[in-house]
Amino acid sequence: MDKPTNNGAWLLVVPVVLLVAFNAVMPLMAVVNYSVQDIFGPGQAYWVGTEWYREVLGDTRLHEALLRQFLFSGLVLLIEIPLGVLIALAMPRRGWAVSLVLVILALPLLIPWNVIGTIWIIFTRPDIGLLGYSLNSLGIPFDHTASPLDAWITLMLMEVWHWTPLVVLLAYAGLKAIPEAFYQAAAIDGASAWKVFRYIQLPKMRGVLTIAVLLRFMDSFLIYAEPFVLTGGGPGNATTFPSIYLVKVALGQFDLGPAGAFSVIYFLIVLLFSWLFYQVLQNVGRGKAR
Amino acid sequence: MKTGIVRFALATYLVMLMLPVYWMVNMSLRDNADILSTFVLFPENLTFDNYIKIFTDPSWYSGYINSMIYVTMNMVISVSVALPAAYAFSRYRFIGDKHVFFWLLTNRMAPPAVFALPFFQLYQTMGLIDTHIAVALAHTLFNVPLAVWVLEGFMSAIPREIDETAYLDGYSFPRFFFRIFMPLIKTGIGVTAFFTFMFSWVELLMARTLTTTEAKPIAAVMTRTVSATGLDWGLLAAAGVLTIVPGALVIYFVRNYMAKGFALGRV
Repeated sequence: MDKPTNNGAWLLVVPVVLLVAFNAVMPLMAVVNYSVQDIFGPGQAYWVGTEWYREVLGDTRLHEALLRQFLFSGLVLLIEIPLGVLIALAMPRRGWAVSLVLVILALPLLIPWNVIGTIWIIFTRPDIGLLGYSLNSLGIPFDHTASPLDAWITLMLMEVWHWTPLVVLLAYAGLKAIPEAFYQAAAIDGASAWKVFRYIQLPKMRGVLTIAVLLRFMDSFLIYAEPFVLTGGGPGNATTFPSIYLVKVALGQFDLGPAGAFSVIYFLIVLLFSWLFYQVLQNVGRGKAR
Repeated sequence: MKTGIVRFALATYLVMLMLPVYWMVNMSLRDNADILSTFVLFPENLTFDNYIKIFTDPSWYSGYINSMIYVTMNMVISVSVALPAAYAFSRYRFIGDKHVFFWLLTNRMAPPAVFALPFFQLYQTMGLIDTHIAVALAHTLFNVPLAVWVLEGFMSAIPREIDETAYLDGYSFPRFFFRIFMPLIKTGIGVTAFFTFMFSWVELLMARTLTTTEAKPIAAVMTRTVSATGLDWGLLAAAGVLTIVPGALVIYFVRNYMAKGFALGRV
């Protein structure tokens, strides 16, 4: 059954649009302005057209950072989404254990991002950190300040630790929203656990999983504070993501022009991929009926 | 047998989840010299000095109060404007609905670093720099879209027949919305409230850009003090532990909304 058309519904949306536009429009225009001008100081700006865009697009260090970022965000999605769904399925549905599990799950999400990085420095230091000390005393040399691979492993561990609970909370809320009658019907039909998952739980979780995938993609693609605090982009450039490189350009070299162009391109990449994910997740498995 | 394995796997995951947090608690109960000199699984020379310092020094505890104020403001604003909007998106077609819906989310997609400067200028023009409401308003940029999206998902799961029956029974829209509809999406409101709280609580860049002293968030207080005193791990860990407490309380209060689930299933 299709939704009825009612343009009066705009009245309900207006407050949201005004509030978000108030915050979004002016800063975005300002950044686009930076990206096409050479700014020396207040009132001293010169139109340079696409020069900054050409400079940024030809920057090989940016290409490397972007490749790294795609690898990182890809791994994040491949690990966190399935893991989050599995954990949500394993969670108790009622009783005191629910409260306990929910509170524990929320812990990593509630820590300010710069503090997350600090915790993981403490946690992985070979001399005083629980993880670093344990691994080294087991005879596995582990030092994320020296080895790029160790730095990546630490970052992935941190990321999965930090954000999988978000996927779990969303998936769990989606599961809880499935009426009991669906399960009863499945039980009468003698459906296997896999079939219940595939034909009842997974389709019903489409909405929350779409949000989970989009959020995890966007936020992991823009990740800054955690790797900046933990590795500072090193060793070498091994964990220099575009956001870290951007801040180096914008704040380190006071180059608002290239930084603005970089921001616009960066934004468009996130936008394009989010839109693709959104389209695919909206339509996958719906068949032609839609 | 099978549930036994599942329980065990879940318990293992939860224990691993708590390890870094435990390590922070461990450090927060020791002094800096002790932390740097010895590796111990359980603190031997227990001290509460780190916590005492935070609770007695106004430059520390005011950070928590500031964060709590703007986060609560943001949570209330975000959820209250998002509720009607999400209802409109879930129930009606209207001109540009799909575009506006996706546009909302695009506001989470910009890399924040370069946007900080125009943000500062915007709020400076409004005369709102260093106020709680400035940070609360700025955080609606990423929280309102999220709230609309999450709530829309939950609302769309409620059959529209419920609305129609209520209108036929003579309910006005506001009465229907508050008396019938909102109780039905309690889970969604609980989840949304938690998410808006969380994202506002952990965000640092905007909050730091828009404040100087009067509304300075705790995350910014932590970075400043750290660089000034040359990394006092114990103090930092204690401050970190305390950043978890308010959010843990929030999730404890909304857990029932999340846990009770969908009322319709029991009808």
